[in-house]
Amino acid sequence: MNSAVLVANEIRKSYGHGSSRFDALKGVSLRILEGESIAIVGKSGSGKSTLMHLLALLDDPDGGQILVEGSDAKTLSAREINRLRNQDFGFVFQQFFLTPNATVLDNVVLPLKIAGVGPKERNARGMAALEQLELADKAKSKAINLSGGQKQRVVIARALVNNPKVIFADEPTGNLDTATGAVVEDILFALNKEKGITLIIVTHDIELAARCDRRFFIRDGVEETTTNVEGVTS
Amino acid sequence: MRFIDVIGTAIGNSFRSKLRTTLTVIAIFIGAFTLTITSAIGTGVSNYITTQVSAIGASDVLTVTKATTTASAGSGPAKYDPNKATTTAGVDSGARPGSTIAALTQKDIDVIGASKGITSVDASIRISPDYIEYGSNGKYELSISTNGALTKADLAAGAQLSSSSAENQLLVPTTYLKNLGLGTAKEAVGKSVTIGLTDYAGAKHEVTAVIVGVQNETLFGSGVGINKHLTEALSSAQSTGKPVDAKPGYASAVAHFDPASSPQQITAIKKALTDNGYAAATVADQIGSFEAVINGIIGVLNAFAVIALIAAGFGIINTLLMSVQERTREIGLMKAMGMSGGKVYALFSTEAVFIGFLGSAIGAIVAIGVGSIISSVLATTLLSGLPGLRIMQFAPSSIAVIIGVVMLIAFLAGTLPARRAARQNPIDALRYE
Ligand SMILES: Nc1ncnc2c1ncn2[C@@H]1O[C@H](COP(=O)(O)OP(=O)(O)OP(=O)(O)O)[C@@H](O)[C@H]1O
Ligand SMILES: [Mg+2]
Repeated sequence: MNSAVLVANEIRKSYGHGSSRFDALKGVSLRILEGESIAIVGKSGSGKSTLMHLLALLDDPDGGQILVEGSDAKTLSAREINRLRNQDFGFVFQQFFLTPNATVLDNVVLPLKIAGVGPKERNARGMAALEQLELADKAKSKAINLSGGQKQRVVIARALVNNPKVIFADEPTGNLDTATGAVVEDILFALNKEKGITLIIVTHDIELAARCDRRFFIRDGVEETTTNVEGVTS
Repeated sequence: MRFIDVIGTAIGNSFRSKLRTTLTVIAIFIGAFTLTITSAIGTGVSNYITTQVSAIGASDVLTVTKATTTASAGSGPAKYDPNKATTTAGVDSGARPGSTIAALTQKDIDVIGASKGITSVDASIRISPDYIEYGSNGKYELSISTNGALTKADLAAGAQLSSSSAENQLLVPTTYLKNLGLGTAKEAVGKSVTIGLTDYAGAKHEVTAVIVGVQNETLFGSGVGINKHLTEALSSAQSTGKPVDAKPGYASAVAHFDPASSPQQITAIKKALTDNGYAAATVADQIGSFEAVINGIIGVLNAFAVIALIAAGFGIINTLLMSVQERTREIGLMKAMGMSGGKVYALFSTEAVFIGFLGSAIGAIVAIGVGSIISSVLATTLLSGLPGLRIMQFAPSSIAVIIGVVMLIAFLAGTLPARRAARQNPIDALRYE
């Protein structure tokens, strides 16, 4: 329960060059333990999504180091990184990123298709994931015809269809009303409790942050220590 | 991602934007259709020529003429040489009326006969008979096929001419049967006909001969074929009253060489003759130049088809660039979920190849359908004078090559968009609006 799955050491990331250069992260350190749920909290533009993308190995930091289960991400081959992203990580992005004209089931099984799982098995596992999220009856509908809350649940089904170790969720409830948002939150925390999946949730919602085991506050690309936080106490 | 899933996804993607895919497919269709038709014409014509050549068969024969003294334009006429025999060009020499062509004298015939590799030589005697008649069905003009003796005819009935027979034999083309009142091809065989001609002094002669066979009309044999015995009979009748001092001149000679000669040996034999001032050509050479013209025309048509395909290739590039643009986020998502750049590349190039396959396969199928109809209609109408010619023949191998080449062009056209897709950074792609 307490070995670190992901460690960030003084990571920095900047966008653009010269005068338009913008430092989105200015040296952030963070340890994420196996099975915990952590909220990355901050205002819009503070660098939350950037940090999450770096932790998920979707982008390379300009400085600092990221360790995945103890090994430096820089030493991993492209193949190994693809394998990690495909099998160990599940993603819930800020936007839904569903293929609108494909069926719900096809959208959900995309990670399995990329992994090279055969059609029978991937449909069975896709249906199981949809059942878990009470969406089995929508499996054959086109993704475009779903409500916002249903789409968000499809995205979560897609994130967990691979039985990942870590789920990265960027504003999972940002596009939802409070009631539906609560349902989605319940699903995520149930996965964390029952399956021991590590949850990394990016949010600016204080209530959602409060449900996590731990909160990591970020402001203008640096960690904000508890002393200068107004409002919330961990 | 499994190979089969790459193909399935690529095909699915290409149908996602139906109008765009259809337009690109039409562009490829036009190129593939044209290529299929032109290659079918090429196959049809060359098959026809091959059958004609094998009908002629005489691969051990050279037609020898005197090499024309190069009186090139500007240098004026060559000096008159009283010792040089000429044949006055006219009906019997085949040259431009009024011009003189260098003819072969008996001395030339001896030189040719002595040339290296030549086993025997015969001067071609020009026979210009006046008419042919069967029974009392009327007199008809006839033309004697110049290569009748050295070719193997494509027979409709009867047998080939015999050069050793002491009988006057001839072969008539199928087209002569009706006018002469000979009945069917089978019935004509064995019947005797009369050939009339005028000699040097203006007196009329008649020679009778037996029809030994009936010949299908071919590219090279639309005239009457006569055997050696009949040639001699007609020739001696024709030269009755010829002044003794008239220098005999022959337009050409037929030289035989060892049929087992290799192409290199044939070249050497021809070179020996050329060095002595003669022009020598085998039957294959003569037909070869004819085929070269046809191949040239087909080549030009093919070039147009290839230009159409290259234009279609740019259509593919455009279509795929648009779909890469449209699917930026999807590509980003797939890469974020661990899809390798190589697989993304494979996905887009498979889509290109599939579009190429679709256009070329439809093009080839439609070309086969349309071409077969046109070809059979033409065979009974416009081209009925050339029996056995099917102008378009669709060889499975050349159709496979066409489809393969189009798919290759499509693949090459797809590399640029596919590379662009494969190189996308997942984060940039996901942030793309
Ligand atoms: N590709 C980019 N090029 C230039 N600047 C960028 C790029 N991506 C992010 N930024 C900048 O980096 C900063 C951090 O962006 P990030 O997306 O991490 O913010 P965030 O905390 O997730 O905000 P939000 O809550 O609005 O999603 C922002 O100021 C943003 O403008
Ligand atoms: Mg964000």
